[in-house]
Amino acid sequence: MKAYLALEDGFVLEGESFTGEGEALGEVVFNTSMTGYQEILTDPSYRGQIVAMTYPQVGNYGINPEDVESAKIRVEGFIIREYPPLASNWRSKGNLADYLKQAGIIGVEGIDTRALTRHIRSLGAMRGILSTDVSDPAALAAKAGQWPGLVGNDMVRLVSAPEPFRWPEMTPAQSWTGGREFRVVVYDYGVKYNILRCLEKRNCEVIVLPPEGYADLFDELAPDGVVLSNGPGDPEGIPYAVAEVQRVLDRQPIFGICMGHQVLGLALGGKTYKLKFGHRGANQPVMDLTTKKVEITSQNHGFCVEPDSLASAGVEVTHINLNDRTLEGFRHKTLPLFSVQYHPEASPGPHDADYLFERFIQNMRNRKSKSHA
Amino acid sequence: MPKRTDIKKILIIGSGPIIISQACEFDYSGTQACKALKEEGYEIILINSNPATIMTDPEMAGATYIEPLTPEMVAKVIEKERPDACLPTLGGQTGLNLAVSVDDMGVFEKYGVEVIGASPDVIRKAEDRDLFREAMSRIGLRVPKSGIARTLDEARNIVKEIGLPVIVRPSFTLGGTGGGVAYTWEDLEHYAGAGLALSMIHQIMVEESVVGWKEFELEVMRDRKDNVVIICPIENFDPMGVHTGDSITVAPAQTLTDREYQKMRDASIDIMREIGVDTGGCNIQFAVNPADGDLVVIEMNPRVSRSSALASKATGFPIAKMAAKLAVGYALDEIPNDITRETMASFEPTIDYCVVKIPRWTFEKFDGSEDVLTTSMKSVGEVMSIGRTFKEALHKAVYSLEIGAYGLGILREHMDDMELRYHLSHPNSKRLFHIARAFRQNYTVEGIHELTGVDPWFLAQIQSMLELEDRLEAAESLDKVDRDLLRKAKRWGFCDRYLGTLLHTDEETVRRRRLKDGIEATFKLVDTCAAEFQAYTPYYYSSYEAEDESGPTDRTKVIILGGGPNRIGQGIEFDYCCVHCSMALREDGVESIMVNSNPETVSTDYDISDKLFFEPLTREAVLNIVDKEKPMGVVVQFGGQTPLNLAVPLERAGVPILGTSPDSIDRAEDRKRFKNLLQKLNLLQPENDTAVTFPEAAEAARRVGYPVVVRPSYVLGGRAMEIVYDEKSLKGFIDRAMGACADVSPNAPILIDHFLEQAVEIDADAVCDGEEAVVAGIMEHIEAAGIHSGDSACVLPPQSLSPLIVDEIERQTKMLALELGVKGLINIQFAVKNGQVYVLEVNPRASRTVPFVSKATGIQWAKVATRIMLGKTLKELGIRERPRPKHISVKESVFPFIRFPGVDTLLGPEMKSTGEVMGIGPDFGSAFAKAQLGAGQNLPDQGTIFFSVKDDDKPAACRLAAELTRLGFDILATKGTAAYFNEHGTAARPINKVSEGHYHVVDAIKNGEVALVINNPMGRSTVKDSFSIRRTALDSNIPYTTTLSGAEATVKAIAATRKAALDVQPLQSYHNKA
Ligand SMILES: Nc1ncnc2c1ncn2[C@@H]1O[C@H](COP(=O)(O)OP(=O)(O)O)[C@@H](O)[C@H]1O
Ligand SMILES: Nc1ncnc2c1ncn2[C@@H]1O[C@H](COP(=O)(O)OP(=O)(O)O)[C@@H](O)[C@H]1O
Ligand SMILES: [Mg+2]
Ligand SMILES: [Mg+2]
Repeated sequence: MKAYLALEDGFVLEGESFTGEGEALGEVVFNTSMTGYQEILTDPSYRGQIVAMTYPQVGNYGINPEDVESAKIRVEGFIIREYPPLASNWRSKGNLADYLKQAGIIGVEGIDTRALTRHIRSLGAMRGILSTDVSDPAALAAKAGQWPGLVGNDMVRLVSAPEPFRWPEMTPAQSWTGGREFRVVVYDYGVKYNILRCLEKRNCEVIVLPPEGYADLFDELAPDGVVLSNGPGDPEGIPYAVAEVQRVLDRQPIFGICMGHQVLGLALGGKTYKLKFGHRGANQPVMDLTTKKVEITSQNHGFCVEPDSLASAGVEVTHINLNDRTLEGFRHKTLPLFSVQYHPEASPGPHDADYLFERFIQNMRNRKSKSHA
Repeated sequence: MPKRTDIKKILIIGSGPIIISQACEFDYSGTQACKALKEEGYEIILINSNPATIMTDPEMAGATYIEPLTPEMVAKVIEKERPDACLPTLGGQTGLNLAVSVDDMGVFEKYGVEVIGASPDVIRKAEDRDLFREAMSRIGLRVPKSGIARTLDEARNIVKEIGLPVIVRPSFTLGGTGGGVAYTWEDLEHYAGAGLALSMIHQIMVEESVVGWKEFELEVMRDRKDNVVIICPIENFDPMGVHTGDSITVAPAQTLTDREYQKMRDASIDIMREIGVDTGGCNIQFAVNPADGDLVVIEMNPRVSRSSALASKATGFPIAKMAAKLAVGYALDEIPNDITRETMASFEPTIDYCVVKIPRWTFEKFDGSEDVLTTSMKSVGEVMSIGRTFKEALHKAVYSLEIGAYGLGILREHMDDMELRYHLSHPNSKRLFHIARAFRQNYTVEGIHELTGVDPWFLAQIQSMLELEDRLEAAESLDKVDRDLLRKAKRWGFCDRYLGTLLHTDEETVRRRRLKDGIEATFKLVDTCAAEFQAYTPYYYSSYEAEDESGPTDRTKVIILGGGPNRIGQGIEFDYCCVHCSMALREDGVESIMVNSNPETVSTDYDISDKLFFEPLTREAVLNIVDKEKPMGVVVQFGGQTPLNLAVPLERAGVPILGTSPDSIDRAEDRKRFKNLLQKLNLLQPENDTAVTFPEAAEAARRVGYPVVVRPSYVLGGRAMEIVYDEKSLKGFIDRAMGACADVSPNAPILIDHFLEQAVEIDADAVCDGEEAVVAGIMEHIEAAGIHSGDSACVLPPQSLSPLIVDEIERQTKMLALELGVKGLINIQFAVKNGQVYVLEVNPRASRTVPFVSKATGIQWAKVATRIMLGKTLKELGIRERPRPKHISVKESVFPFIRFPGVDTLLGPEMKSTGEVMGIGPDFGSAFAKAQLGAGQNLPDQGTIFFSVKDDDKPAACRLAAELTRLGFDILATKGTAAYFNEHGTAARPINKVSEGHYHVVDAIKNGEVALVINNPMGRSTVKDSFSIRRTALDSNIPYTTTLSGAEATVKAIAATRKAALDVQPLQSYHNKA
């Protein structure tokens, strides 16, 4: 079925829906990962976005029950160059088209995704629409222009947990059950499961809290450490989350990831800004300034912390992006707080930054031994 | 860590002659390394025996040693040059092995040379199976189980433990000869028995087989700061059991989830660290069980490789260049990415297209070889193609191969199931087309998967391509195909020519129709980053998309057509010429645009030309580029026969051809016109005729007189050419030729020439500007006419010809060049017999010998030719007369027989060699000795020399035997030969022929009693009888020669090395002297 992608500036590309009729509005972004489409589809940070994959052939290895980063598909729409006639992998239990269809998400193939990427690269991320209603492309573009966009808006509310829950049981949680070395609260702005898996693997008991309204429970839980999760949209759209982090800043080690990093930045008095088209992919080089080593990182963000805005926040920059020199991580000079803009939990992407979880564990361990001493 | 300043002078080891499994990809990597390190201000010393390489161009290094790649010669170069460091990781397996041997000799230590890139210890750890296995288990990775056996019983016991099937690998045979997959106990007896017999140390390795598992390769780089990046994951279409060099491969990996890919990535990084490769590139091979994802490590190569060249071309990331920079101390984050300029090399390329590589084989050239693919590599070349999708790339790769296939569904006749299943389950060079045929015969994806082990993902892609073929065919005519369907077909990579076939029309009609419909090729950039950043590298591929990025400039530009995949007869020599052409154009301010499909080459390095189009060399692809770029002209004379064949079609389509006109080309290539040309000039040609049917041929042969040389017309490398002594053999030839040459058009006439026996063959290369011609070099062949010019050794200047004859050859060469109005290069082969000069053939293009002549004379003839094409005259270029070097240059050919068990090593008019080496010296003996050493023939200085020669040659052989006796050798000979020698005063010990029973000559060779074999049989029965002698000599790595002239030269070489040890001289010293 014929379909159009129309951007707010009138740029239109033709393709074909591989999921039947449908329509989607959102910010159109591209991701340069060659693998990991299922993780990308289910990553809550993509809420509000139509994702185009630069790698042309997507759907090759099907869909399996394990490679999910949240309970469901989060992207608004999905753009690829070619959908395969057959998926093949020993773990595959279904195909991409059905997976999208069941979730009511439109998938379009046949688009010149490279032309699209070049367009976004030179003009910036844009609002757009995917539609199988192909009668009037100009009208589609106009419709895209009316969509409110991400800046200043709270997308987190749409994806974060409504109730506190325990990982991995996914049952409601009010208190610790014990038996693990560390007790960690994860503030959920749209958390990827793999962050939780990475903590679980390191002998942490994990309780996930919604970003707002659970301050009392938090105080009761008094965790050994806090992880601020990734999430969609503009960090300045969630002042409540920033306020909550400010409230607990000096109590225990904090580890911020992606949006969690931006929230920590804002909580420390910094500012964020929107990048022209963001970083989305699995090949972004980041230098750890403390070791001078380069790690290849998985990234997905459209906003960024302004390094100068942190000048008087008592932090030091620990990581920078080697492509565009943007801020990728900082730590507090005196408190056990640190955060990175990218995804140490990978999924999809390289495991080079796995060591950051160890740093967080070490911070919790140090604090415990201090308080025992 | 910036670059090291404690080293100044670096010795780079090249990989030597082109052989199967080690081809021009190492010239590509070596050239990059030389350039990169020179740029950094290091003084480069280079050793490589292969003159047809760009890396041995004198300006690439401070001192270039075109010398044999033996540990002793490397030691001599080190002693003379005193480099601070040696970089061996760019010279293939040859480079690594040499580094280890030179290290064993203590030479590095003695002269304080640091081995950079990978130390000898690291090389040992990666290459030694046991050490590697231990290392892998330390980091928790699995390798297939295995054991070493010295007897059949031991082999059986190992198999009892690990179970069938197993891989049998004889230790220390060249190129894995004699190994194979044993599925049954019977197979085991067979392979283990053969393997034990073949192995010099009577030892085989028996390894758990993972045949049928998925095979993957990762290209990995590491710097001194321990930053590790993966450049590219490559997935093999053919599962385990087919050597990666013989597999169709695809980049990036297609069927791995991110989890599985990351597991492989983690493993690669762990391996790199555990083996301890300090800096540079590595290739790691994995096998994955398709049923449960179980992962085993197959091997790691701590060096750049064929796959790394492919990965570089596939991603745009120059692995070899980076490896060189890392070796001198840079870190990845200190080197800018050439392509984006602003980002650094410390990242992982991501691509937004699909790359397919298909090998090219030449089983048809080796009588008695079986078209089966196994664990030992057999292909002689490869093509790569880039498309937005696998379908597009696969199609493009198929027609890039130049095997007469323009689509997948070319095997149209029904094949019975038994036979088809055999072709599917036994990997072979045509398996892809058999898979297509199987779909036509209603096999299912699962059915074919079970037979082939090819992943269902690939199979389903092929199935849908065939479905589209069927849909198109069902339309019956082009008018009935609507625009949408036509566009879809183009986006799926269907070429106009194949569409024409499917729709009963021709290529041009399809082309016009689609252009009318606005279906035009668009060009996309290869940029390492999937368009995330602006790219500056002008490296393009075509596809049918919405946007074109090629951005033609308005400069004066010239398109150079490359040679396509390497094959026997058309290889690196032609790429060398194309690269020189590009260099000359750029030096003269003309924009150079390269078109080629061969990923191994220097010409497809995006650094070489102003623009690179990685495209098939077809009329359609070239016209698409011409339409966009509007060049001043296209150069067809450097890439060998491939572009030459495009000259006429392109000219007809209105494309200006630079240099010699297509009509002149035709005058030299068309038999009739050529005959008229020679008659007009009063030049001699062997009596000749043409025929289509057998009766015609028989009559023609009688007319020209037996023996005759017969061949199909329009072929390269003497394909299917034979010398025939009587009518019965003629009949045999005609029957075979018609069957074997499906790649040659079926009704092409057969050419019949009188065969000049015992004639001296000469190659002459010349340049001509249309007004004036200058001969670049005249080469006398060592072997008599009848052995393909590409296979015989030759010497420049001629050694046995009188000055009168040489002058006559020069005169005829010039006359032919002028008469043909050649603008550029021309190559002529002559035969001299009884003082008469005959013209054998005229090639109005650059020849295989151009690089050799350029190295021998110190003049870069391909550049001269390029400038002539741009309008310069020889006078203006200062080229006046034939150079007459004082030194002697010898070219020797290198053969792939070892890869083809059971194939005879006799030479004939059909070319069989894959590569060449050069030896330079003050006299013929030493130059020839170096050439032999370079070709891997270790000439003996003592021991027993075995003779078995035909009657005609006995007197001459006897003189050689006498000379060898004088030099202290013992002579062993078959009875007839021995009797003749003894009668004529040279003592020779007789020995049984094989047919006479044990203890026979093959026993003696196997027992290491023979140091050199001279065998020159005559007639079918002797040839057959002596086959095992030649084959055993080859398999036992004992030098041999099959011609008397070769034997004469060998004796001179032995005598020369006796007189004085071979000494090493840089190329620069020969030419700067004057
Ligand atoms: N254990 C095995 N089982 C099945 N096939 C194998 C096994 N080991 C190697 N092979 C096949 O043989 C090929 C060559 O083996 P490899 O170890 O890579 O040698 P080389 O040094 O010649 O590249 C591989 O590409 C693979 O297809
Ligand atoms: N009439 C002939 N007499 C003797 N040898 C010949 C004759 N014609 C061809 N040959 C031998 O066959 C070889 C290949 O023939 P050639 O015409 O050069 O074919 P190609 O086009 O493959 O180079 C020559 O190099 C020469 O050794
Ligand atoms: Mg290998
Ligand atoms: Mg020839």
